[in-house]
Amino acid sequence: MVYLTRLEHFNAAHKLYNPQWSHEQNEAVFGACANENWHGHNFDLYVTVKGEVEEATGFLIDVKKLKALILQYVIEPLDHKNLNQDVPFLKNKMCSTENLAIAIWEQLQPQLPDHITLHCVKIYETPRICVEYYGE
Amino acid sequence: MDEKVAVFRKEHFNAAHRLHNPHWSEEKNGQVFGKCNNPNYHGHNYELIVKLVGYPDKETGYLMDMKNLSTLIKKEVLEKLDHKNLNLDVKEFKNLNPTAENIAKVIYQILRGHIQEDIALAIRLYETERNFVEYPA
Repeated sequence: MVYLTRLEHFNAAHKLYNPQWSHEQNEAVFGACANENWHGHNFDLYVTVKGEVEEATGFLIDVKKLKALILQYVIEPLDHKNLNQDVPFLKNKMCSTENLAIAIWEQLQPQLPDHITLHCVKIYETPRICVEYYGE
Repeated sequence: MDEKVAVFRKEHFNAAHRLHNPHWSEEKNGQVFGKCNNPNYHGHNYELIVKLVGYPDKETGYLMDMKNLSTLIKKEVLEKLDHKNLNLDVKEFKNLNPTAENIAKVIYQILRGHIQEDIALAIRLYETERNFVEYPA
């Protein structure tokens, strides 16, 4: 079993705001992240896949193909966007980094070729905050 | 002893913005600013480096007390910009496009009046790890 990780990045606006709650409760729970006019981040995304190496190529997967899938299904819908407003697969979800990791997993997993498995989606929201999701 | 020294303080803030010229058509804004023109904004983790150059004080050995510099940046710059929408929430960008260039200039103008006149000030601002600007140039 071999693990392979591809790093991509995207820049986006978001806010943490529960529309079922009052403005005061949102501020109390989410603090500065609840700013109604949004704030934003440079997100770094690490996608790790696992599987057996193909004898003929020596590859787990051609990284060019993995990159193209990540760009098409994840980066294109997210980069330079407002996560709360512009992204169909995040509609009606709280745009925390936790939920973002789960949503990216769900976007990407069905697109991968049969012989490899998605192992981990890891997102840095800032250089100091990071979330990992293993599909569990 | 009479030699100049540079000191640096690094801070960071997260903000949303969009690049848009209100005097241009939607098409022209799209052509010039591309994805950065997204009407619903996008955002960045900005890294800010404030550089001071001058002669250290003979009694303290300090150019400026870094605690005071840190407090000054937090109060005057980060409180204004962190977790904000630069276009909507920051008065300095009401009629100014919040490019990294202009953000660096605004930060310089804010801090300049609070720092001793014989100390030179320079701003380096990273919009991403790969894009950064310096002011003054």
